[in-house]
Amino acid sequence: MSPDFLFFLEIIVSGLMAGVMYSLVALGFVLIFKASGIFNFAQGVLCLFAALALYDFIAPGGWVDRWFGFTLPVWLGIIMTAGVMVIVAWLIERLVLRYLVNQAPIILFMATIGLAYVLEGMGDILFGSDVKPLDIGLPQGASDYMLDTFGLYVEKLEIVAAFVAAALVAVLAVFFQKTRIGRALRAVADDHQAALSVGISLRTIWVIVWSVAGIVAMVAGIMWGSKSGVQFSLSLIALKALPVLILGGFTSVPGAIIGGLIIGVGEKLAEIYVGPLFGGAIENWFAYMLALAFLLVRPQGLFGEKIIERV
Amino acid sequence: MKLTTLAKTVAAAAIAMPLMTAAASAYELVIPTLDYRTGAYAPNGIPFANGFTDYLTLLNNRDGGINGVMIKHVACETAYNTKQGVECYENTKNTEPSGALVYQPLSTGITYQLIPKSAVDKIPVFSMGYGRTSAANGTVFPWIFNFPATYWDQATVFVQYIGDKEGGMDKLKGKKIALVYHNSAYGKEPIRTLQKMSAKYGFSLLLLPVDHPGQEQKATWLQIRRERPDWTLMWGWGVMNQVAIKEAASIRYPMDHFIGVWWSGSENDVEPAGMAANGYLSGAFHAPGDKFPLHDEIKKYVYDKNQGTGERERIGEVLYNRGLVAAVWTVEAIRKAMEIHGTKEVRGEQVRDGFEALDVSEARLKELGLPGFTYAVKITCANHQGPGKVALQQWNAKAKQWKIVTKFYEPLSDITGPLIAEDSAQYAKENGITPRSCN
Repeated sequence: MSPDFLFFLEIIVSGLMAGVMYSLVALGFVLIFKASGIFNFAQGVLCLFAALALYDFIAPGGWVDRWFGFTLPVWLGIIMTAGVMVIVAWLIERLVLRYLVNQAPIILFMATIGLAYVLEGMGDILFGSDVKPLDIGLPQGASDYMLDTFGLYVEKLEIVAAFVAAALVAVLAVFFQKTRIGRALRAVADDHQAALSVGISLRTIWVIVWSVAGIVAMVAGIMWGSKSGVQFSLSLIALKALPVLILGGFTSVPGAIIGGLIIGVGEKLAEIYVGPLFGGAIENWFAYMLALAFLLVRPQGLFGEKIIERV
Repeated sequence: MKLTTLAKTVAAAAIAMPLMTAAASAYELVIPTLDYRTGAYAPNGIPFANGFTDYLTLLNNRDGGINGVMIKHVACETAYNTKQGVECYENTKNTEPSGALVYQPLSTGITYQLIPKSAVDKIPVFSMGYGRTSAANGTVFPWIFNFPATYWDQATVFVQYIGDKEGGMDKLKGKKIALVYHNSAYGKEPIRTLQKMSAKYGFSLLLLPVDHPGQEQKATWLQIRRERPDWTLMWGWGVMNQVAIKEAASIRYPMDHFIGVWWSGSENDVEPAGMAANGYLSGAFHAPGDKFPLHDEIKKYVYDKNQGTGERERIGEVLYNRGLVAAVWTVEAIRKAMEIHGTKEVRGEQVRDGFEALDVSEARLKELGLPGFTYAVKITCANHQGPGKVALQQWNAKAKQWKIVTKFYEPLSDITGPLIAEDSAQYAKENGITPRSCN
């Protein structure tokens, strides 16, 4: 294999892997948008909040360690963090969303901006602003096998992320298609009024969907936190998910995955082959350019529901 | 209450009132700090702010301030945001009674915005080791001080170090050096110097910008993997540093050939990478660790009284010490201003004179409780950058410690001098400034 082709292959693989990491964040957005039509600006902060909570459950020097003199095993820490995210979801419904039923989408969007600031501030007060190295035993560094056998650089953590994303999509698909709650969620997403008229509780549904999005955020937070340490810049990964959503569609779980992969590969290819023409560092805005180009052709994204306005 | 007791109380209050008023109106030295304890860059902003603040608290507690005049510390949160930083400046510059005496923006972006403002408001800006490098020219930038060394000094030191390791500067010919930099005014600062050195010494320079915040750098490190530079330099900040070090380890880039700017060399930057960061190098102009008498004083007079701003066990971290030395030089400039002007009630304009006459010798460092902590600094009217010396420190991942591993290199002023003259002349021309005479 020629070095140039190998390098090209490396870019594609790295792009796909980076795309999976973006998809993990995008999935949380999709879940909430699908069920309630809310674009949740706070999704990135939810990832951060979950990762901070997990760190404090399992790491030496965390809250549990300081208060009780021991740390929780990772599996228990993850369950506890999922519990925290459910409580956060319940509080969001109880303190914010409940008062905004039937408000215009822009009002709900603004509320989530406020929520992002509140959660970030709370995270700061509760957990501190230091960089927290998150180690839950996930493999780190390049895959020696791929590197030594094929000369191909692939990160082990990202391979794990790909499997986790696949499992997550499968679980979510079963949840939405096969469970009673999943069907109720889809009913609410299709028509709030009709769902209410058949006895589905909008408030319960919102708590459930925000809980699920919170748990998805926890998974994304674990992956990103393992990659760069848990720190407040984690909340900015939401910016990476936005072009993924535009491209994949705000209401499609497979769209979040496919969109992530396209954005991941696209931005890496652009950065390496086109970047030098512009002085480099184009991958961030290139992702948005790509999303913009899609918007012009398919406003609903690749897999989004077609927008039909009856007049 | 008996009538006599009441009369005594009233009399005592009457006597105490003027004294209390006098105490309340006593002159205080206002030192605002533009901190960032929130946002993406907080992990770096916090230890610096803690070191700076703890030193001011120590002086107030131990000495009653500077030469007996209490310090009024005014903290303002910028979140490392230039707009918020400028707002902080505007909101604090007229703080009574002295007005702001000096600013330490801890952000190149904010520093650039304050350069024209400081001249109008007559308040010096001490951008210690950051900001606009050509502000080293005091004839054009009388209000800006960027000692003890600039980014350009540091770039020349890194290349000298590489030359030493390669067996001489002549051996640099044909070598490849990559610069991974934060795609901002700060990150771009060393580029011209490195380009000039590349032309002079014959090494090729690979420029790789990383956009804020730098959480995803795969494309950058794939290029490094393909180009295989002999050495890689980094001008990073915040999460960019941690991700870069991890990525470098992942592609098996040798850590002892990876050198970060002094803002890419704190405990925060290397700890998330664990053992993989072992051997990573960074620039430094002061020592790490808490084994200096001044640290003991801070523990005794500040932390033992529960007045410390951070955690006791984090005293002595690299960025804590940087905040500390920033405060030490700031206070020494204020002392010098008092001495020059024969008054303890100094204002910003006089503190600028103090900076220009600053002379912190090794003997003075020892008196301050920092023997061998850094090198002697002497500032003049024309030279605001100081000696420009830089050493390299190396991370020992097992011991979790930084250690200075080289001598303090002198910068190559034949490279930086003309660049500073050219850039400052350009600034003077664009802004209609007539350089002052320092003779």
